[in-house]
Amino acid sequence: MISLAPEPFDPGGLLSGFCAGRTETGAVATFTGLARAEAGQTTVLELEAYPGFTERAIAEIADQARARFALQDFAVVHRVGKIAPGEPIVFVAVAAVHRRAAFEACDFLMDYLKSRAPFWKKETGPAGDRWIEPRAQDHADIARWESST
Amino acid sequence: MARVLLFGPLRDLAGWGDREIDSGSIAALRASLAAEHAELGAALEGPGVQVALDQVIVRGDAALTAASELAFLPPMSGG
Repeated sequence: MISLAPEPFDPGGLLSGFCAGRTETGAVATFTGLARAEAGQTTVLELEAYPGFTERAIAEIADQARARFALQDFAVVHRVGKIAPGEPIVFVAVAAVHRRAAFEACDFLMDYLKSRAPFWKKETGPAGDRWIEPRAQDHADIARWESST
Repeated sequence: MARVLLFGPLRDLAGWGDREIDSGSIAALRASLAAEHAELGAALEGPGVQVALDQVIVRGDAALTAASELAFLPPMSGG
């Protein structure tokens, strides 16, 4: 399941729903990313997606994760629009038979989402507006998966 | 006529994000946008700006029809 959420979401509720009815899943790993205030420098984070295109790009990433880590299932929920500090931005859940695959798939998905997903992110704070590009660390994080087999 | 979409900083620069523009090709559309707003025209040619025609990334020129959706995608921020 891939969803772009224009309104705040509850990660706990998403996790409960994702776990429900699974009798052959040994491991569910999740990641929840929250918007940071950056010590008052960011008052609003605004995320823009290209509806349809963005979901398809995430689906391609998720299909890679599914094949690479033999996932049974995944969920990606990503906020769009104006996000206040402390609100969840992204929720990723993956289901696998064993924990190692689940942990790694969650890590892999987040590295791809942070560097390759089609979102445009603007921070607004006391100093004005600023469009964000991926950090060098985001590129380094994704390179880990390209060099390892 | 094609539907033209701008995202991120391109939308801020242009002051619009979704417009119908009469144009027969991507190259002609770039020329007409540049004639109307030189800074936007230059930004559309800027490093890392990708073009999606009907939600598929394309390189170079292509014909546009009334049903075409053309999106200019500046470098992505990631999630």
